[in-house]
Amino acid sequence: MFLTILPTLLLVIALVSIFLYLFPKEVLASTLGAKSGFLGVLIAALLGSIALIPPFIAFPLGRILLDQGIPATTVAVFITTLIMVGFLTLPLEIKFLGKKAALLRNFFSFAGALIIGLLVGILY
Amino acid sequence: MKAKSFLKDYFWVIIFALFLLGSLFIGFQPGQLIYANFSQFLLELISFLPLMFLLVGLFDVWIPKERIERYVGQDSSWLGSFWVILLATLQAGPLYGAFPVAYILRKKGASVRNVFIYLGAFSCLKIPLLSFEIGFLGLKFSLLRTLITLPVFFVIGILMEKYLGKDYQLKSVEL
Repeated sequence: MFLTILPTLLLVIALVSIFLYLFPKEVLASTLGAKSGFLGVLIAALLGSIALIPPFIAFPLGRILLDQGIPATTVAVFITTLIMVGFLTLPLEIKFLGKKAALLRNFFSFAGALIIGLLVGILY
Repeated sequence: MKAKSFLKDYFWVIIFALFLLGSLFIGFQPGQLIYANFSQFLLELISFLPLMFLLVGLFDVWIPKERIERYVGQDSSWLGSFWVILLATLQAGPLYGAFPVAYILRKKGASVRNVFIYLGAFSCLKIPLLSFEIGFLGLKFSLLRTLITLPVFFVIGILMEKYLGKDYQLKSVEL
């Protein structure tokens, strides 16, 4: 199994490396901080879905965002999509779970992350 | 024949490797930065992947299908969901590392719902990660987010089962 998925795995982390180069932490922080309201939440959801940032970067980044006065909804949506939705890892997910299941799971997780974010924002 | 399929499988990886090598050679800065990112992720991969495959291998060989079916299969009670959540919280690593385990669980007869509840729990219910989140984002934010996420991934599991069907079969990945 290892050898069969090795090329896909390497491709995924190659894509992630390129993404992180194009959107380093500072750029992510300023992009998320630039827009507020619904558009800000949507940008957070899209960035969170595409990016694959390890928790040891994501949580400190979330702290910076909260300190900048970014709404809790935006931060919660960003972090939740980050961990639940994986656009760049889709090739790998499709390989194991099939196209239909992978796309559906990401779609539901995306919608779910928006709901989670809204509720966190209301209750926080 | 074998070399040909190797080239096909690794085509983009080879292009990427050539790009990195070229960048290092001529001092192309974007390529060097991408290389730095890549080596960091590669290290992460090397650190959690062997354990993951060991787990998948053990599951495959040692745990009989009947047992998985009984405890987390179609006819298991809510306790089945509890078992997959427990399994998820005990593991580490990014979500894409859990796909092989989700695959083997389904192949061994876990219900569609429980497979996706497992993935949900794997992504957001890991205890070490939670304490880390609390450290940075505070107790209120982290607990709130986790507690709201919990019912959401149950619903996702139920929805997945509804849309994929209870008999959704996975295409075999060579083990």
